[in-house]
Amino acid sequence: MPALADKAPLLSVRDLVVEFPTRRGVLRALDKVSFDIAEGEVLGMVGESGAGKSLTGAAIIGLLEPPGRIASGEVWLRGERIDNLPRERMRRLRGRRIGMVFQDPLTSLNPLYTVARQLIETIRTHMDVSDTEARNRAVGLLDRVGIPAAARRIDDYPHHFSGGMRQRVVIALALAAEPELVIADEPTTALDVSVQAQIIDVLKEICAERGASVMLITHDMGVIAETADRVAVLYAGRLAEIGPVRDVIQRAEHPYTAGLMGSIPTLTQTAERLTQIPGSMPRLDAIPKGCAFNPRCPRVLERCRIERPELIAREGGRQVACWLYDREAQDA
Amino acid sequence: MPDVLLSVEGLTRRFDVSKPWLNRVIEREDRQFLTATADVSFDICKGETFALVGESGSGKSTIAKMIVGLLEPSAGQIRFDGKVMDFASGAAMRALRRRFQMIFQDPFASLNPRWRVGDIIAEPIHTFGLLRGAEVTREVGRLLDLVGLSAADAEKFPHEFSGGQRQRIAIARALSSRPEFIVCDEPTSALDVSVQAQILNLMRDLQDEFGLTYLLISHDLSVVRHMSNRIGVLYLGRLVEVAEAKRLFTEPQHPYTRMLLDAVPDLSLSGRRRTPVTGEIPNPINPPSGCAFHPRCPQVFEPCRHQTPMSTATATGQAACHLLTHDQKAESS
Repeated sequence: MPALADKAPLLSVRDLVVEFPTRRGVLRALDKVSFDIAEGEVLGMVGESGAGKSLTGAAIIGLLEPPGRIASGEVWLRGERIDNLPRERMRRLRGRRIGMVFQDPLTSLNPLYTVARQLIETIRTHMDVSDTEARNRAVGLLDRVGIPAAARRIDDYPHHFSGGMRQRVVIALALAAEPELVIADEPTTALDVSVQAQIIDVLKEICAERGASVMLITHDMGVIAETADRVAVLYAGRLAEIGPVRDVIQRAEHPYTAGLMGSIPTLTQTAERLTQIPGSMPRLDAIPKGCAFNPRCPRVLERCRIERPELIAREGGRQVACWLYDREAQDA
Repeated sequence: MPDVLLSVEGLTRRFDVSKPWLNRVIEREDRQFLTATADVSFDICKGETFALVGESGSGKSTIAKMIVGLLEPSAGQIRFDGKVMDFASGAAMRALRRRFQMIFQDPFASLNPRWRVGDIIAEPIHTFGLLRGAEVTREVGRLLDLVGLSAADAEKFPHEFSGGQRQRIAIARALSSRPEFIVCDEPTSALDVSVQAQILNLMRDLQDEFGLTYLLISHDLSVVRHMSNRIGVLYLGRLVEVAEAKRLFTEPQHPYTRMLLDAVPDLSLSGRRRTPVTGEIPNPINPPSGCAFHPRCPQVFEPCRHQTPMSTATATGQAACHLLTHDQKAESS
C-alpha cells in the first residue's frame, strides 16, 4: 500500500503530556500536545521561554531530564510507537532515525576528540561500513555543509572551528546516519545574524536534498517565516495554533498568536507603538483554569475562564485552540 | 542644527591580550593587542535615540562602557554637553555621572539579589544626595509607578520578579538620578518578544515624558529600526555607516550594511531575493588590513586591501567605503 504510506505522517504526536513531579506537586509542562510532521516537511515550533518548545523535542527523542517524564500520550514514527521503547532500542533509534541539532555547538561536540573521530564513530555506530568508507562519508558530509578544505580540517578539534563552522559540523553529525527526522533546537540562537542566515540555508538545503523532515524549534519568528512550511505555536505547554506558516503569520487567529506577531518590530512597517500583551506567561504551578491565555486575552469570553478549548479545525488545514472559533457556539 | 548632547571623537580602545611576560620571553612573542574600538566618531543630539548595531565583537558594548565612564579610552575624547570627560578627575566625573545612566542587558545579573528593590532604586538618590528621609521612599514609589510596577514592590527582592519586571526595576533605577541621557546596552535581548514589546513601549513613553536621549545598543536590526532616529553600523570596532534610521534600510550605502540587511530573516514573507551571505567575522586580534570588511565584501577592489577607508558624507549620513569616494572621483574627472 504505497499510496497509503505516502499519506501517513512521518511523525505523529498524540496528546503528549510531560510532567515534573516536585515536592510541591506535579507540574504539567506539556499538556495534551498533538501534531503531525509530514514526510519532507519543515515544522516550526515557536513560543516564549518556558512554553515547552524544547521539552517537546526532548520528549520525542526520549531525552527528558529526570524527574521529567511522559505521563501519557503517544509518539509514532512512521507507524511505529516510540515513546515506550526500552532504553537500548531508543538509543539505537536516536541518531539513526532522528538526528538532533542543539543550540550551543560547543557543548554538543566532544572537545577531546577530533571532528573525524566523532563523525566516524557516529556513522559506524549506525551503519555497517568500514573505517575508510566512514571517513570518506564524513569528508563528503563536511564538504556538503560548507566547510572549506574538509579533507584536511576533519582532523581538527572542535576548538579550531569558529562558532558558525562548529554548528555546520553539528549539522553534519546530525545527518551522518541519514535520519528521517532532524530536530533542530534553536540551531542559530548562539550565532550572529550574518552566520545565522548561512546555517539556516545549509540546514534547509541538506534536509530537502535527503528528504529528511525537520522540526525547527526557535523563538525567532523571522527564521520560522523563512524556513518552515507549517508552524506550531505553544503557550504554557499547550498548542495554541498550528497551520501553514503564511496563514499563521499573516492572519493569526488565536489572540495569543496575533499579539505575538504584533509585538515583533519589523524591517518594513513603521508602527508608532508595538502591540503589547499585558502580563507574562503563567508559571507552571499557576496555570489558570480554562484557557491558559484567558487572563491576558483581549477577546476573552466567559467560557474561556471555565473550559479549556480543544484544537478546532479551520480552513486550509489550520487548527486553533480558541473558543472564538467554536462553530456550535457561533450558531447558537 | 539641533543641540548636540554627546559628541564622541576618534574614540579608540585597545585591550592588552598578551601572554604573561615569561611566556613571551620563552616563545619570543610580542605583546598582543585587541583593538575593540578604532577611531569612532559620532554625535548624539538632545532628545533623539541614536543606535549602534553590529555583530558580536564589533565593539558596541566597549563604546557604551567608555561613554558612561566605566572604561577609559586609549585615545580620543568624549564630550558631554560641551564638557570633555576627564577620566583623571574623580570629582568632575562624579558630577557628570549623575546626568547619564545605563541599562544593562541581563536583568538577572544587574540587580543585587540581596538588596530590596526599594534600596536598589534609592541607591543613586543617596549617592548623589538628591533627597532625604521620607522623600526617598515617596520618590521610589513614584518611580515604580512610572515603570508599571506598584509602590509596594519596593519591599520585595529581585528574585520575586520576572525578567521583564526586573528590567523595569533597572529602568526605574536608571531614572532615579534624573538623568538626561541613558545608555541602553541590549535592553531587551534577554527577554521574550511579547515582554520586549512592553519594555520598548515603556522606553518610548519615558523618552516623551522626560525628554530623554538614548544611546541604544543592539544586534537586532528590527528593534533598532523601531526605536531610533539615527543608526550607526559597526564592524570590527569601526563605524562603517551612520544614517537616518528609516533610510538605512531603504538606501544602505556600505556593502556590510547591505549584507546585514540581507541576512535578517524577514517576517513579511516577501520572498525577496537576497545575496547569500558569505564568511564570518575575522579575529579582532589580527583584523584584515585596509578595510576590515574587504575579505567578505562582494564589491572589493584594489584600495580596500591596504588602505583604511575614511568616513565620507552620503545622502543619508556618512559611510566609510572606498567605493563611495572612488565613484565621486570618477564622476568629477
